[in-house]
Amino acid sequence: MKKLNGIKLKHRKNTENSSTVVFPVPGKVRIPMSMTMGAPCQPLVKVGDEVKVGQKIGDTDAAFSAPVHSGVSGKVTAITDYRNAMGVVCKMVEIETDGAQTVSDEVKPPVVTDKESFIKAVRESGACGLGGAGFPTHIKLNPKTEIDTLIINAAECEPYITADYREMMENPEDIINGINMLKTQLGIKRAKLAIEANKPEAIKNFTAMAENDDTIDIITLPSSYPQGAEKVIIYNSTGRIVNEGELPADSGVIVINVSTIAFLYRYMQTGMPLVTRRLTIDGNAVGEPKNVQAVIGTSFRELLEFCKADIDSIKKLIAGGPMMGMSVPDIDMPVVKTSNALLAINHYDERRTSNCIRCGRCVRVCPLGLMPADIDRAYKIRNIEELKQLKVLLCMNCGSCTYVCPANRKLAETNQLAKSLIPRK
Amino acid sequence: MNKLIVSPSPHDENYVKTSTIMLNVIIALLPAWGAAIYFFGLRVIPLTAVCIGSCIFFEYICRLLMKRDNTITDLSAVVTGLILAMNLPVTLPYWMAVIGSFVAIVIVKQLFGGLGQNFANPAITARIVLMVSFPAAMTHWVLPLGEKVDAVSAATPLVLKGMTDDKLNEIGQSVPSYLDLFLGKTGGCLGEVSALALLIGGLYLAARKIISLAAPVSFIGSLFLLSWIAGEDPLYQILAGGVFLGAFFMSTDYATTPITTKGKIVFGLGCGIITFVIRHFGSYPEGVSFSILLMNVLTPYIEQLTRTKVLGAKEAEKNEG
Repeated sequence: MKKLNGIKLKHRKNTENSSTVVFPVPGKVRIPMSMTMGAPCQPLVKVGDEVKVGQKIGDTDAAFSAPVHSGVSGKVTAITDYRNAMGVVCKMVEIETDGAQTVSDEVKPPVVTDKESFIKAVRESGACGLGGAGFPTHIKLNPKTEIDTLIINAAECEPYITADYREMMENPEDIINGINMLKTQLGIKRAKLAIEANKPEAIKNFTAMAENDDTIDIITLPSSYPQGAEKVIIYNSTGRIVNEGELPADSGVIVINVSTIAFLYRYMQTGMPLVTRRLTIDGNAVGEPKNVQAVIGTSFRELLEFCKADIDSIKKLIAGGPMMGMSVPDIDMPVVKTSNALLAINHYDERRTSNCIRCGRCVRVCPLGLMPADIDRAYKIRNIEELKQLKVLLCMNCGSCTYVCPANRKLAETNQLAKSLIPRK
Repeated sequence: MNKLIVSPSPHDENYVKTSTIMLNVIIALLPAWGAAIYFFGLRVIPLTAVCIGSCIFFEYICRLLMKRDNTITDLSAVVTGLILAMNLPVTLPYWMAVIGSFVAIVIVKQLFGGLGQNFANPAITARIVLMVSFPAAMTHWVLPLGEKVDAVSAATPLVLKGMTDDKLNEIGQSVPSYLDLFLGKTGGCLGEVSALALLIGGLYLAARKIISLAAPVSFIGSLFLLSWIAGEDPLYQILAGGVFLGAFFMSTDYATTPITTKGKIVFGLGCGIITFVIRHFGSYPEGVSFSILLMNVLTPYIEQLTRTKVLGAKEAEKNEG
């Protein structure tokens, strides 16, 4: 089996031993109606309404989406327009909390009798991929093709982030139970829990836990970025290749994030939807890096202050990891379902981009075997035919090419721009 | 508080810059340069200084006239100047070296858009231009270790090899031994004589992952094999002349050679074959420069045929062009 390319990154997992700290319920939360891939939800509440913990406050008829719930009890004070980090404009519900945290009557364990009711329950949980991409989980778990392998993505390959790792260390039972639940409900025979080699403790624990279960394999992924990328993790744990234009399900595989699976298990027990999440707060402007469990809708500023960040020194704020995270324009933006990390960085050198020297480093690191230098050249002259042949549409924006470029060319960004030149069928 | 900077991911970068790479190439050339001073005397220093200085000067002027960013700090002009000097005989008049620098920087490099955009290797092209323009000066070799430096015109080992014993007696020189060739005690251009020093530099670059050994190995390997098959002395063929300089420092040039390993192997094979053909069948004793230049020209085609295979890519649709 051919080894895929990758890059060695400094792991910077400063918070790997920081147990999750629960951030106190803030005075106010602002919950955007679009936090997952797919259609934005419409608010189900209006200004002045009382809401309770776990109450559904946003939903849509669109299939490719997930509903939104409140993580606090209190009163809706405003519904505004909001542009999220992706540039999507949606409504945002602002709730002033009453501190009582009264739980809604809606919160009760779902009744699951068959696959259909299970998928429906998953949708009602508001679940989406917690690793950062935010793919609605109920869509992912309900493919049209036969699935024989469930891959649990526990690579957490980005530097700094330890949110998934803490889930593995703190709630390993939920993960194993979640795996068994999905296997039973979806009729999948095998599960592979794939963990990057830089987390030996987790690998040891889960290997011991799954010792007597030969339907669960613990896979050690090489410590090279990006192991968590869907195509990479599928290839490295099953040897299967997801073909151009196909989904993992077409190769008989579902890949699900490790924290998502633990959440789903807890939801089926308690009925408490996705209203809080763990995120890693780190970066060199942060005095006390931590793993924080925060209510969705908490502002980044409050979390940063909680972690003793030097707010005035922050030049760049990254939601997610340093390789694929989004730099956000506003420190008052809220925590959303996909916020797995918040990195506050106090320096930014804008280096000049210079000519491509054709050193080939980008080609040598691309996990998919793309040729970013050639794509860059073809993009410059808008050669669409060439871009198609160079398969730019397959780029997953892992950022490895930009990372290694000695000429500081923004190759990953160019790939995304180049994609937009190719007419979609 | 500052305004937050928003930029596309990734937000981290590694430390290798263009100038880091160039600096490493300069470091890698130093052993061969030191050997040149040892064998050919102190004139190596001013000659190199003229090459590097004029390369930097031409680069600066070009960028200024073309109203482009100044690129002196990327050190590529220094590398070009140094490699050019390595390709010259120690007795070459300084003004000719300046012409070489002009060809390398202005014509070959900047007119095509500067660093990375040139299709031919600047130093090789300059060497060929000088060789064609000033054949006498460009083949005025001196004996190593200061044996009557300016008086005697020595022959390069490849010329000597082709001579009869009578002829050798007549000019009072002998065919150098393998050891002399390996260490560099022979006539030739500044930087090409010491195979050992070039090997050290090349392996340094490979260890620092600046170059891949694919092209040098296939270049030297194919030349060795072909010479052997043709009944020549294969070891002599690879140690003599500009093979090591060309293989490690010019067939590994980023801009003018293929990017993929497959492409690099093809490039090296081509260089080896052409060098052999020129040396064996041609009237010209040396073929390294021409072989590299010819393969430079073929590089875009090699690139087209040696692209990487993309994971999961479907067969490319037939291009209706």
